[in-house]
Amino acid sequence: MASKTQSKKSSGGKTPKSAAGGHEIKTHATAHGKARAAQYTSDDESVPIGRPPVRLEEERLIEIHRQMLLCRRFEERTAQMYQMRKIQGFCHLYIGQEAVAVGSVAALEKQDYIFQTYRDHAHALIRGISAREVMAELFGKKTGCSGGKGGSMHMYKAETGMMGGNGIVGGHVPLATGVAFKSAYNDLPEVTICYMGEAAVNQGVFHECLNMASLWNLPIIYIVENNLYGMGTAVHRASAEDQLYKRTEGAYRIPGVRCDGMDVLEVYAEVKAAADRARNDRRPTFIEAITYRYRGHSMSDPATSYRNKAEVQHWQERDPIARLQAQYPKLFTEEMVKAADEKIKEEVQDAIKFADESDFPGPEALYTNVYVDCQGYPKKQD
Amino acid sequence: MAEITYRDALNQALAEEMERDDQVFLMGEEVALYSGAYKVSQGLLQKFGEKRVIDAPITEAGFVGLGIGAAHVGMKPVIEVMTYNFAILALDQIINNAAKLRYMSDGQYSVPMVLRGPGGAGGSLGAQHSQALEQQFVHIPGLKVVMPATPHDAKGLLKAAIRDPDPVMFIESEKLYNVKGEVPEGEYLLPIGRAEVKKEGSDVTIITWSRMLTAAVLPAVERLEAEEGISCEVVDAMTLRPLDYDTLVNSIRKTNRCVIVEEAWPQASVGSWISHEMQKRAFDYLDAPIGHVHQEDVPMPYAFNLEEAALPSPAKVVEAVKKVCYAD
Repeated sequence: MASKTQSKKSSGGKTPKSAAGGHEIKTHATAHGKARAAQYTSDDESVPIGRPPVRLEEERLIEIHRQMLLCRRFEERTAQMYQMRKIQGFCHLYIGQEAVAVGSVAALEKQDYIFQTYRDHAHALIRGISAREVMAELFGKKTGCSGGKGGSMHMYKAETGMMGGNGIVGGHVPLATGVAFKSAYNDLPEVTICYMGEAAVNQGVFHECLNMASLWNLPIIYIVENNLYGMGTAVHRASAEDQLYKRTEGAYRIPGVRCDGMDVLEVYAEVKAAADRARNDRRPTFIEAITYRYRGHSMSDPATSYRNKAEVQHWQERDPIARLQAQYPKLFTEEMVKAADEKIKEEVQDAIKFADESDFPGPEALYTNVYVDCQGYPKKQD
Repeated sequence: MAEITYRDALNQALAEEMERDDQVFLMGEEVALYSGAYKVSQGLLQKFGEKRVIDAPITEAGFVGLGIGAAHVGMKPVIEVMTYNFAILALDQIINNAAKLRYMSDGQYSVPMVLRGPGGAGGSLGAQHSQALEQQFVHIPGLKVVMPATPHDAKGLLKAAIRDPDPVMFIESEKLYNVKGEVPEGEYLLPIGRAEVKKEGSDVTIITWSRMLTAAVLPAVERLEAEEGISCEVVDAMTLRPLDYDTLVNSIRKTNRCVIVEEAWPQASVGSWISHEMQKRAFDYLDAPIGHVHQEDVPMPYAFNLEEAALPSPAKVVEAVKKVCYAD
């Protein structure tokens, strides 16, 4: 069995405390005995990182900050509701990764589409599904955005372009590619973002779809939310080429870029450039956003066997919300943040109350919406 | 009425529906320049251009999933699999996305896609290319499964499938492509979800679908009526999901006997499900246990004689019918 050692990467990239700079990296000796480090560094000169974070007007910064904080508070309460068994089943939290969803959705337009994995509460909230509807869906209530029939992994609201989470790793990648195909076929100025975890890049359909997207010039952005672990398996233990952004240019002629997924404005800048390219030039882009989930893979995962506290703390020091606040100290004063936080907490509390007081779907809902039209079927078997 | 092949009937249906709705497109391996592995899409590239008749890479999960994605935002994709043996590469997309997007979103999406291609044995193609896999799809709520047996039905049902708001698994047969039959001039659609009595009779009901109608059942019926004096009613299920239980049951109520003939393996097959439903719905009308003719429960062998032995045949149907009539 390969031994694990700790090595220290030097810090000092252009962005202090960037996603990758200066943290402890686990090295992994391969079967061939060759040491290999997972280099998530933005100071590595071979990494084409560094589209500078954009400057946005104050109003937008305030909204971006509000969205990240909403996702954070919403999911903290989600975890609490899960402990109380108001929410059951699989439940995957996005806490720590907020900058990726918020920064990328901010770069989109109204007509655009997003597809997310099963870790989809934040994307739903940001793309315009109300906290009430998302929480009610988690509670399995008929007022939920999927009528209580989807659950945590299946948040939909067609008119917002939030095309759902998906329960199968990589399973939504063809769907997103198909929506981009529709946009290209009908010559519509639409862009689709297809998010996925870093483990999805080893699924067959990922490769099948990138090939088609490039072959047919589809307006799509594939964003890997690289939180360093597919469940409990570290990226370098699953991917032979663990510098994921390198995997698409040579194979599919899709440019791969890496960005600091803990910096919301850097994510915005990278996605905006990719969206322009998709909209104007009809070409796909692959973005690897380095990020970190503070919680376990799902509610049943204490996340203790495959990572240590020091590592979690390292990433928490690069928290995307705190970072944005630190970048604009005059805007995000203590007073301002506190007021925003209070308002969000009220919104989340209201969502919980709404979800709790809503009804479960009636028994008739069991057999609705299996088909649009099926000559009276489905009906309860007689 | 013109006599045309099953292949040309499908081709006409595709051309007419593409003409009618510009959101209909055809995608699959070799559908454009090669005109389809079985030439079903002959001439469509020339007529509709490469934007709408699209050669896909050999990447079934990818392009089937792409079709589902395009369908759930309003397009009407016709996705061709070279054979249904290859559709199983895309089973995750079919089962987890096509069949469920509507239900999981509580009606916000629908998936008006057709997935079409030949199923069943094609003739000495070996084990991996000779499978009647309809049960895989009939099992799944959210899918519709259509299996036409004649050129007439192929055209009317394919047109209906393309206009249908739900995902339709449209399973053809390689051995039927060259079979000719009468097809009316001008447009017509056949309803999905209806079985049809293809031949009336009084002593026994034979339920079948797709190629087994002409390859096994009708030749057997000819012999049974001429040599045994057994009058057979033949019901073509045509759509396997949703199944037209009423037409099947009404026939059994008349004949009091039933034999099911299918090309697939017997265990947990569509035929075994129909058998279960028929005994449940028509128990008091049955004078004998339901007979079942199916492929032998083995992978398909290559050797010509063994393949013939594995498949249902007129002789096997004759035997099963005589048994339920206590004439064996």
